[in-house]
Amino acid sequence: MAEPVLSLSRITKRFGALVANDAISLQLHAGEVLALLGENGAGKSTLVSILFGHYVADEGSITAFGRPLPSGDPRAALAAGIGMVHQHFTLADNLSVLDNVMMGSEPLWQPFARKRKARERLDEVARQFGLEVDPDALIGNLSVGERQRVEILKALYRGARILILDEPTAVLTPQESEALFSVLTQMVAQGLSIIFISHKLGEVLRVSSRIAVLRAGKLVAEADAAGTSQEQLAQWMVGHAISAAQARPTRACGALVCELTNASTAGGRERLDRVSLKLNAGEILAIAGVSGNGQSALAELLSGTRQVTGGQVTLLGQALQNRPAQLVELGVARIPEDRHAVGVVGDLPVWENAVSERLRSPVFSRWSWILRRKAREHAARVIRTFDVRGGGQLTPARALSGGNMQKLILGRALLHPLGEALHPIPPRLIVAHQPTWGLDIGAVAYVQDQLIAARDAGAAVLLISDDLDEVLTMGDRVAVMHAGQLSPSKPATHWSREAIGLAMAGVAQEPPHSERAT
Amino acid sequence: MRLEKRAANSTAALVLAPVGAVAFTLLVSALLVLWAGAAVGQTYTLLFKGGFGSVFALSETLTRAIPLILTGLAVTVAFKARLFNIGAEGQLYVGALAAVAVGGLHGGTGFDLPPSLLFVSMMLASALAGALLLLGPALMKARLGVDEVVTTLLLNFIVLLFVSMMLDGAMKDPTAMGWPQSVALMGELELSKLIDQTRVHTGLLWACALAVGVWVLMQYTVLGFDIRAIGANARGAAFAGVPVTRTVVLVAMLSGALAGLAGAIEVAGRTSYVTLDMSPGYGYTGIVIAMLAGLHPLAVVAASIYVAGMLVGADSMSRAVGVPTYIADVIVAASLISVLVATLLTQYRVRWK
Repeated sequence: MAEPVLSLSRITKRFGALVANDAISLQLHAGEVLALLGENGAGKSTLVSILFGHYVADEGSITAFGRPLPSGDPRAALAAGIGMVHQHFTLADNLSVLDNVMMGSEPLWQPFARKRKARERLDEVARQFGLEVDPDALIGNLSVGERQRVEILKALYRGARILILDEPTAVLTPQESEALFSVLTQMVAQGLSIIFISHKLGEVLRVSSRIAVLRAGKLVAEADAAGTSQEQLAQWMVGHAISAAQARPTRACGALVCELTNASTAGGRERLDRVSLKLNAGEILAIAGVSGNGQSALAELLSGTRQVTGGQVTLLGQALQNRPAQLVELGVARIPEDRHAVGVVGDLPVWENAVSERLRSPVFSRWSWILRRKAREHAARVIRTFDVRGGGQLTPARALSGGNMQKLILGRALLHPLGEALHPIPPRLIVAHQPTWGLDIGAVAYVQDQLIAARDAGAAVLLISDDLDEVLTMGDRVAVMHAGQLSPSKPATHWSREAIGLAMAGVAQEPPHSERAT
Repeated sequence: MRLEKRAANSTAALVLAPVGAVAFTLLVSALLVLWAGAAVGQTYTLLFKGGFGSVFALSETLTRAIPLILTGLAVTVAFKARLFNIGAEGQLYVGALAAVAVGGLHGGTGFDLPPSLLFVSMMLASALAGALLLLGPALMKARLGVDEVVTTLLLNFIVLLFVSMMLDGAMKDPTAMGWPQSVALMGELELSKLIDQTRVHTGLLWACALAVGVWVLMQYTVLGFDIRAIGANARGAAFAGVPVTRTVVLVAMLSGALAGLAGAIEVAGRTSYVTLDMSPGYGYTGIVIAMLAGLHPLAVVAASIYVAGMLVGADSMSRAVGVPTYIADVIVAASLISVLVATLLTQYRVRWK
């Protein structure tokens, strides 16, 4: 086999006691897609951060195109032909595609930007790899898929021969993912090499030629994609065999819990536009969609942190209040999308976060005086019942891992302080926005099981997720959001992936404003 | 050079950080002392003796610490909720004016009440005056998004001009032979001395009690939780049901009230009347003290005594050796910077590439 274009040799990186990367050696050859597979926290991001110079490895060395790569220097990585497309894009919304591509690659002392030359080069690169984008379009007006193309173009424009893509499909519709895969195929056909980071087994097998699996900082397996099965990959990833989520039968459901009638909210792209839906006790209504199409507005509306500007919202037969504490008292369990920025107050200890939603209720305070013993007892119950690990009651919530933080939020929302172990008080409505985002497989299963258990206990569940698999396996009914509007809902089994993909892209097959009761 | 978050904070680092900060401060200041041509050892000895070395020195230090504790608490409460109140100086002055307005001599402004009631109304009036002064900036921040740093800072100058107007006008002391000072407080309203023949007064007990009160409020009440939650993560707090706007307004009232009380207690305990130089920047020093104390209400007491000791000690030291009193400002400023850096270093590790 030819000389590898990139070679990592025994890369080790420690953060305190945690070994994020443990003597990882990897090689990347010209014209191949190497998938870096692993759960969150397995060390994928650390490894590519070292590769791209954001971190300095404690031990080990990197060679690119036969020459050693200086550590800790993103410029050197760029100069060596390594390009990176981050999960969160690094584009300026108020500038054009061309400006964004040129930014940072022009010398500072040059009086005028050489736009004409840059435009020619951009056109050439775009044509070469089939990445068509209008160079004069403002980034702010582009879709997420188009922005990702700009990011890739930017890397190629700078002469990248090795492209690192960090979870590139997380923000795409299935159709956009397919388009990305065909671009990647063209790129490797022309001799580029790609490192593709993902935790989705299907797409890893679909797109890559070779797969490296990381677990807990170690390289546990390396295999050709051909001849490897999803089950095998999953087993490498988690270290033991796992059973796939079961499809669940449609169930008879109970009374109406929550109804939206032509509900609208303020806000630009991220708003609700005359959304109607009905949510009954004992069912899961799953909302699919590319994020940024109004899902946040819907979740915030039902969480009490956003106001309705038009239409009606009723909860348990009454007009919806927009005060979080009142909603919680009424039995609304809320799981926000961003658990770090919204779900917890990271600097405060676990116990305060465990009771923060109900601190104003007479259970936990009298005349503003916190009944600390009761609060601590309840926090202990949350920790015990929901198996929150990685810290005690006094640990700042920020120090918890993503999975444990989510368990804390789940416990806070689902465990009623007046319920007993044998006679729990289930919530009436659960609003779960991306509840499994960024969690490892074990935590995902835990969160999903909790939601299902709550549904079986009679809660109405609104599950909003980017993850199509989750939507289809969890939802009793499924609807799709696009540009602030909600499609009619259908039982999960009546949707094909293609139909969902089209609805996610806004190609409506049915009038969008009507909701048929099920 | 880059900073990396430490995985775990060691206890040793937390203890060593302030010690290292003080050592570093003394080292830096020693260079300036040498530059001024004085012996370092002697200068420091005189400095600490002047601040803490005798009953008299200590009493002067504690006297100076009283308004600092109160403005430090005012800033602490506000900063905890990320309300950046730079206006404690102005709030102190309106508090002082309100105290004299309620409890002043000569009948012109005094009320005809028994002294105990008058004392309570005087304190309430000064707290209210400080609170109302900060209410405007807080409401403008909450409703219109106006930066409170700018509004509270500029209000200080408006208040000083207002005080100047009052001292030459409505509240002028006719017996002061033309000096711009207010009428004096009634004798019955003045705070008694803690130690005979010194200036330290019972305002110290008030200040310490308020420090404990603020600490209890922060640690044990829902309002305290709301304040800490908003300061740490306003979005997360709002999601958990904290009434953000209402809490910020309450914090502003509380912070302004504490600074207003600083003015009343200064008048009742030390000066007896309002002058334009009654505060050598206590409101601004309160910011330094709050930061030195890491926004902990009880640590504010210690930080105030430390800063007051440096200021008082420098006065007496400069008379003995030829080092200007400004060395105290340098020490306080260097302490603040090194404490902030030391705190940073307990949380992050520096990597040299």
